[in-house]
Amino acid sequence: MAAASWLTSPLSPDDYLGLLDPLWSARHPAGRVTAVLPEGPAAATLVIRPGRGWRGHLAGQYLPVGVEIDGVRHWRTYSITSPPAEAVAITVKAQRGGRVSPHLVHRTGSGTVLRLGPAQGEFVLPQPLPERLLFVTAGSGITPVMGMLRTLAGRPGPVPHTVLLHSAPWPEECLFRAGLALLETQVSWLTVHLTYTRTDGRLTPDRIAELCPDWRRRDAWVCGPSGLLDAAERSWTAQGVRKRLRVERFRLAPLPPRGGDAVSAPVRFARSGVETDAGPAVPLLEVGEAAGVTMPYGCRRGICFGCLAPLAAGRVRDLRTGEVHAEPGELIQTCVNAAAGPLALDL
Amino acid sequence: MPTTVAPLSDPAPAAPDADRTEQLGRELDRLRAEVVAARGADDARYIRTVIAVQRGCEAGGRAALAVSLFPPAWMAGTALLAIAKTLENMELGHNVLHGQWDWLADPAIHSTTWEWDFASPADAWKRTHNHLHHTYTNVVGRDRDLGYTILRMSPHQPWRPYHALQPVYAALLAPVFEWGIALYDLEADAVTQGRKSVRAFLRDASGLARKAVRQAAKDYVLFPLLAGPSALPCLVGALTANTARNIWAHTVIFCGHFPGEVQTFTEERLADETRGEWYVRQIQGSANIEGGPLLHVLTGNLSHQIEHHLYPDLPSNRYARLAPRVREICGRYGLPYVTGPLWRQYASMWGRVLRHALPSHAGLGSRDDGGVERAVDDAPGEVRQV
Repeated sequence: MAAASWLTSPLSPDDYLGLLDPLWSARHPAGRVTAVLPEGPAAATLVIRPGRGWRGHLAGQYLPVGVEIDGVRHWRTYSITSPPAEAVAITVKAQRGGRVSPHLVHRTGSGTVLRLGPAQGEFVLPQPLPERLLFVTAGSGITPVMGMLRTLAGRPGPVPHTVLLHSAPWPEECLFRAGLALLETQVSWLTVHLTYTRTDGRLTPDRIAELCPDWRRRDAWVCGPSGLLDAAERSWTAQGVRKRLRVERFRLAPLPPRGGDAVSAPVRFARSGVETDAGPAVPLLEVGEAAGVTMPYGCRRGICFGCLAPLAAGRVRDLRTGEVHAEPGELIQTCVNAAAGPLALDL
Repeated sequence: MPTTVAPLSDPAPAAPDADRTEQLGRELDRLRAEVVAARGADDARYIRTVIAVQRGCEAGGRAALAVSLFPPAWMAGTALLAIAKTLENMELGHNVLHGQWDWLADPAIHSTTWEWDFASPADAWKRTHNHLHHTYTNVVGRDRDLGYTILRMSPHQPWRPYHALQPVYAALLAPVFEWGIALYDLEADAVTQGRKSVRAFLRDASGLARKAVRQAAKDYVLFPLLAGPSALPCLVGALTANTARNIWAHTVIFCGHFPGEVQTFTEERLADETRGEWYVRQIQGSANIEGGPLLHVLTGNLSHQIEHHLYPDLPSNRYARLAPRVREICGRYGLPYVTGPLWRQYASMWGRVLRHALPSHAGLGSRDDGGVERAVDDAPGEVRQV
């Protein structure tokens, strides 16, 4: 490929492959929709056959999907609902007034090509599996958990006992209702409690304790609206079992910088010769744009990788996880990373 | 054909009065907003089609040149490669690097990621072209594209004895235009004037060297080697295609700003320039080429140079539909809309190269091609409109 790139310069051979079939491009990975399965009136599962650039996924991870609507590519993330061994599937609920999700649910058919980002996220099953599992989900928070349940169901050998507490507004809007009922009858290790907000009220920590009395002794995964996540975090922390809890937030909530050292750091844009100061919680993309540097960008939420820039010196902090990472030379996502001390970008 | 129209509202001003100018600005802003709102799937399909056709021509041309000992293969290969390079350079490279397609949000067709099959690296060109040329269009001393630092194209530029030979330089530049642009983008004159550091110059020069090696290696070494017994005709084919593309690019670009009736401006014109005045300067400083759809595509729609200068970041495929409306607006505001068939714009451009090879004084409008060239401080008795 490197030798062929001299012949296709300034393009890469990948650009020609992608033109023949978008699924052959490794630089801009894509997948083709092979089936659209309705999941109730306003949701659908899209089965996607990924192309050459696909690097695989773990159950519970999310997938950035690039959808073309009226010529413009929009990026959104959806949880993967299929086990790693099978074709990639995402289950999308059409948001009222939304642009992308209704398009995917109602106006996307077999054969549609979607751009794919790499599967991401830490909301996954550990190896080895813990002794007992608890999943607490509400609304479309069930989607990453569905991927994990299907993975557990496909495992050879014994599976740890698992409780799923899922809340939906009412039965018609409950994703995977039939599938969950069927799975529960097929396997012995799964207990499912469905609760409906319209009749039962919200899924609160008290109700969780009532439905699953041994919740403190289970490894727990919680996914749903931020009210549920916040309540779960308070409850698990109060009982001293916060370490057993994993939460997945669908919305990007930038973390404050660690410690009290909230001072700005000097940032240098090496190629444009611009120097400025960066606040510890401001994405480098915004820092650069405010300083007048032409910054590459895509979707600005950490999912499409259009904003990658080489780090020349220094380290950055990921605003999603709070982690300080990246070594000089590494490509960093400027839209979700802030300066962790003085640094230079090759821009 | 040109027709002489009545003088402007008062005795021959260079532009409409201030209120009218701002009204014009708002009208042109509305036209822009209309196109921005209408951009959609058809435009996306257009650019992707051009990309597919261009890459198809390139692959086909290379394949044919690989067996170019056979003369018809040489003819076809050279022609396909020349078309591919022209499309790549003009309708794709120039326009993508202007950010015309950034709204697609496709990282593969984006001004920040695109690199083109042209000697000048995209970054260097975006600085001199998008920033300097499009901001300071036809302003003597600010727009370095006004003669590319070697030619004298305006009575406001001081005459030097070396200008006497400028018809020769202009002719010699055409076949090697991409290399001329690449050297020009290094801005060596800015280093001698202290506007650019030696360090920045060396950095740009090494960037150019890297690009140049790959460009030359591909066309003149690697593909000929792969062609085996057809090596020599393959090399000659690539050289011919590049030369044809260069002469064509030179032609289109010189016809966009240098036909006789296009105006040049002094730096005073820039002082406190409003949006409306900026639009007026872009109109007065650009010229269109008339022709069919094929001509427009092969010029990268720079045949609609006036529309391009008003809206450099709107998708190029929209210019043709904007042109009659811009022309109508120009007519209503008494502004010139310089346009004509390629042969006439080309002849007029050469007339200007020849005319300014000889000393002349600013303020003395001189006639050429039956048109009137005015500098801003001229007071011509008539305005020609076409």
